[in-house]
Amino acid sequence: MSASQPVLAVEGLVKHYGIRPGLFGRARAQVRAVDGVSFSIAPGETLGLVGESGCGKSTVGKAVLRLVEPTAGRVTLEGEDITALNRAGMIARRRRMQVIFQDPYSSLNPRMTAGDIVQEPLINFGIGSAGEQRERVAALFARVGLRPDQRSNYPHEFSGGQRQRLGIARALALGPSIIIGDEPVSALDVSVQAQVINLMMDLQDEFGLSYLFVAHDLGVVEHISHRVAVMYLGKIVEIAPRAALFEEPRHPYTEALLSAVPVSHPRQRRKRVTLKGDVPSPVNPPPGCRFHTRCPIAVPLCREVEPPLLADPSGHATACHLRSQASPA
Amino acid sequence: MTEQPILALEGLRTEFATGQGAPVVAVNDLSLTLKRGETLCIVGESGCGKSLTALSILRLLPRPYGRIGGGRVLLEGRDLAQATDAEMRQIRGRAISMIFQEPMTSLNPVLTIGRQIAETVMVHEGLDWTACMGRALEMLRQVRIPEPERRLHEYPHQLSGGMRQRVMIAMALACRPRVLLADEPTTALDVTIQAQILDLVRDLQAETGAAVILITHDLGVVAEMADRVLVMYAGHKVEEGSVEEIFDAPAHPYTQGLMQAMPHLGSGEHRSRLNEIAGVVPALNARPPGCSFAPRCGLATDRCRQEMPPLTGLGGTHMAACWAAGGSQA
Ligand SMILES: Nc1ncnc2c1ncn2[C@@H]1O[C@H](COP(=O)(O)OP(=O)(O)OP(=O)(O)O)[C@@H](O)[C@H]1O
Ligand SMILES: Nc1ncnc2c1ncn2[C@@H]1O[C@H](COP(=O)(O)OP(=O)(O)OP(=O)(O)O)[C@@H](O)[C@H]1O
Ligand code: SF4
Ligand SMILES: [Mg+2]
Ligand SMILES: [Mg+2]
Repeated sequence: MSASQPVLAVEGLVKHYGIRPGLFGRARAQVRAVDGVSFSIAPGETLGLVGESGCGKSTVGKAVLRLVEPTAGRVTLEGEDITALNRAGMIARRRRMQVIFQDPYSSLNPRMTAGDIVQEPLINFGIGSAGEQRERVAALFARVGLRPDQRSNYPHEFSGGQRQRLGIARALALGPSIIIGDEPVSALDVSVQAQVINLMMDLQDEFGLSYLFVAHDLGVVEHISHRVAVMYLGKIVEIAPRAALFEEPRHPYTEALLSAVPVSHPRQRRKRVTLKGDVPSPVNPPPGCRFHTRCPIAVPLCREVEPPLLADPSGHATACHLRSQASPA
Repeated sequence: MTEQPILALEGLRTEFATGQGAPVVAVNDLSLTLKRGETLCIVGESGCGKSLTALSILRLLPRPYGRIGGGRVLLEGRDLAQATDAEMRQIRGRAISMIFQEPMTSLNPVLTIGRQIAETVMVHEGLDWTACMGRALEMLRQVRIPEPERRLHEYPHQLSGGMRQRVMIAMALACRPRVLLADEPTTALDVTIQAQILDLVRDLQAETGAAVILITHDLGVVAEMADRVLVMYAGHKVEEGSVEEIFDAPAHPYTQGLMQAMPHLGSGEHRSRLNEIAGVVPALNARPPGCSFAPRCGLATDRCRQEMPPLTGLGGTHMAACWAAGGSQA
């Protein structure tokens, strides 16, 4: 292993959801939502996670947090394998690994005051006296830019961006080393989004936090990430340092994704190349390369042999028969 | 040549009754017109009244306190603010349909998605059930849901966030509306599917001449789709113009702030601080007497704090409500 131990290491993560037999008399089927995903995140690092809707990003986050039970694979948090922990053990580890969801509206208990929402994890873990807990809550409010008097307000009395700050304050309460953000800024308008992104970057610099940052807005991902992973149909197809991924994308799916980014000025409107072909099913993923049914450069080999994810010495890894530029990692 | 607008708002005022005294006003004196085939994008800070504007058009304001307190909502010249509930039920989903902002709260959790789409078609087109399910399947395919045959029989919780959003879109487009109100339709979608959905909306427009009001906070989507842009702040229209006018020369300091807050792909400004607009929108019942943006505006003068700036023409179709924006009174 390298000198610095990763905060989070995910190896061969698999999550299959069982679904009821289809209309056509199919036997009980499995949705292969996540099908062998590996990555690691260093202290103070942000890994952006992008990919087609339904490709398994949220499921990766949930399986890492064990909000859903992984079907297979290993998750290591600060050097400790957490996959085999029982419920109590897992709850204790949640202190180190927190989550922020997309929807600030539905992820906060509407019947609790903002102060209680932030204090609750401290109470649950029995951290500090009541007085110390209140001080910590006050400090967290100040840190995320909420006013002290807002502690007695209820979630519905906050704006979307303020609610997201509240979610961040709660996530920070226990001093985690990594925060998993599942589209944490997608529901916010740009000016509020800018506030929350700035806050997340400041907190990272201050506390050395790591982030797994799921998002669709590639401008945001480019802005905040150190490395970026691209998923397609349950697998990572490319993972690379930010600049390499955005400036020299190698996988044809990454290229398609980047070319679909909306223009930033109406005069740049253009006819774009959209991906052709049906989105394949995670129940019966295509054999060989899962992207071959829609890939503009596929060759016969792609239909038969699954391309491995291969990294070059710079850490740029690609799973494509024609575009990988390295030997097995 | 003055073509009659398909939809026009004249001085719309949307308010919430309160227990004590005067109602709070969420949308204030809002006017807009929408021509056949046209796309109007509405942008503005969270809570500024965008969704309520769309909900007012369909008369779906939150009960019992929300109501249209003034103004007219004209669909091809007919005032919907005066229509009966039965008439509104005929209009909704057929003449005007809406893609709601929160797919989870607007889909019925105990019905399969196929049934939900088919029922919409049934209500408006009176086809038989098999034909309605056929249309539902076709719509799921058009919004690029993988394995539409299987998904038809699934429940909302079995879909990913983006798929639920596409189901909402399928439902809204199923009856080929003349006016489509799309409230943040692509926020949960990745950019490739977003691009396909936007193409689908453009195709619908080309084919049927549908007019679209697109509410979004993604300025990239605005740049892609809009013919015209309307910027709202604290319940008021503060700027309006053609998409080129707004992107070339945003006139209101709020619009300028928005443009600067957006991270651009390839800007080379990795991890620099983004421009924020400091402060928060004033509460509905605590709006200042002058310009609502004054407390956050770098250019604010005493006049701004005391007198509400009127919408003023800036040449062409461009107008803004700001004392510092120049121009001649419209
Ligand atoms: N509880 C569940 N039961 C069955 N299938 C599920 C369940 N939750 C998710 N899935 C399926 O797993 C796949 C991955 O879903 P997931 O929510 O992880 O996607 P995502 O990448 O987060 O998508 P989005 O960008 O739309 O949020 C999808 O095919 C989805 O339908
Ligand atoms: N049921 C209600 N009772 C009282 N006020 C309400 C109610 N629903 C909405 N409001 C207020 O009306 C204002 C406008 O809300 P609206 O939902 O139209 O905002 P929006 O511009 O769509 O915001 P967003 O971008 O967050 O969706 C908000 O300030 C909100 O607090
Ligand atoms: S392996 Fe083949 S099908 Fe897959 S992305 Fe590369 S070229 Fe396309
Ligand atoms: Mg998701
Ligand atoms: Mg809204």
